[in-house]
Amino acid sequence: MTTIRITITLKPGVLDAQGQAVLQGLRTLGDDQVSAVRVGRYIELTVPDGIKGTDLDQMCERFLANPLLEEWRIDDPRRTPLSIGERTG
Amino acid sequence: MRFGVVTFPGSNCDQDCVYVLRSVLGQDVDAVWHEDRSLDGLDAIVLPGGFAHGDYLRAGAIAARAPVMSAVGAFARAGGPVLGICNGFQVLLEAGLLPGAMLRNQGLRFRCLPVFLRVESTDTAWTKTLREGQVLQLPIAHGEGNYFAPEPLLATMEDEHQVVFRYCDADGRLASSANPNGSVRHIAGVCNPAGNVVGLMPHPERASESVLGSADGRLLFESVLSVLSTRRMSPAGALR
Repeated sequence: MTTIRITITLKPGVLDAQGQAVLQGLRTLGDDQVSAVRVGRYIELTVPDGIKGTDLDQMCERFLANPLLEEWRIDDPRRTPLSIGERTG
Repeated sequence: MRFGVVTFPGSNCDQDCVYVLRSVLGQDVDAVWHEDRSLDGLDAIVLPGGFAHGDYLRAGAIAARAPVMSAVGAFARAGGPVLGICNGFQVLLEAGLLPGAMLRNQGLRFRCLPVFLRVESTDTAWTKTLREGQVLQLPIAHGEGNYFAPEPLLATMEDEHQVVFRYCDADGRLASSANPNGSVRHIAGVCNPAGNVVGLMPHPERASESVLGSADGRLLFESVLSVLSTRRMSPAGALR
């Protein structure tokens, strides 16, 4: 079995209200080094070693992410570099 | 007419919808479970508000893949009227039956208050008997109702009259102060190109009797009743 790590974040330009709130929290704590925060989701999938990369891409595009708002990064130890997904249009 | 009200695990406005349709409007109502695969005999479908599957992954995302949604998709493609309220709207977006997506409310607050809506299109099953520009007062209750669509999609939707409701002030004017969640172009509700599928964040079922402060919500249900009885349609019949 292989563990696939998927990180999903809002596309650049899409308002990340959660990220803004976290940034405000950091400011309140006195931090002035962080200029922007983006908050996303992290998903781990346990899959058979032989799973196809295109199957993982489809899972992201059809369900795990919403391609209208989000982009995703699939960290597959068998594939380098990382597979970065985004559907345009 | 016979309505189907779908319950997902975590729906919490389903009984309010059943009550309004059955007790206020005198219609037949079937409870539909998210695992059901048939909508036979139903004239219209309502997807109610709530927090289906705890909003896990994204609001509406898991419910949109429930067995019943294949049947809802087929019902919608055949021209059957479908209304998604609040979480039901989010489910229709996630199912691809309506365009766009939802973000968390601007300011991150869960907003629970009465708002004003301007009717932008009467070319839908659920607004046919309303007047363009008519102002309705309905309550909202959501944390994730900040409607979003990319600019090219918005342009197409405006051209196709797919924006059905916009947040406005009491006089029908658009203003950011009257937009409770930051929705792009003040959008509160949209429809599919055929106009039989409508989704909106405000709750018409919570404003269908004057004792509740507004009975404007009734107008949506009365519209679909009028459309259904005029056309004498079966669920498979076309609306337009």
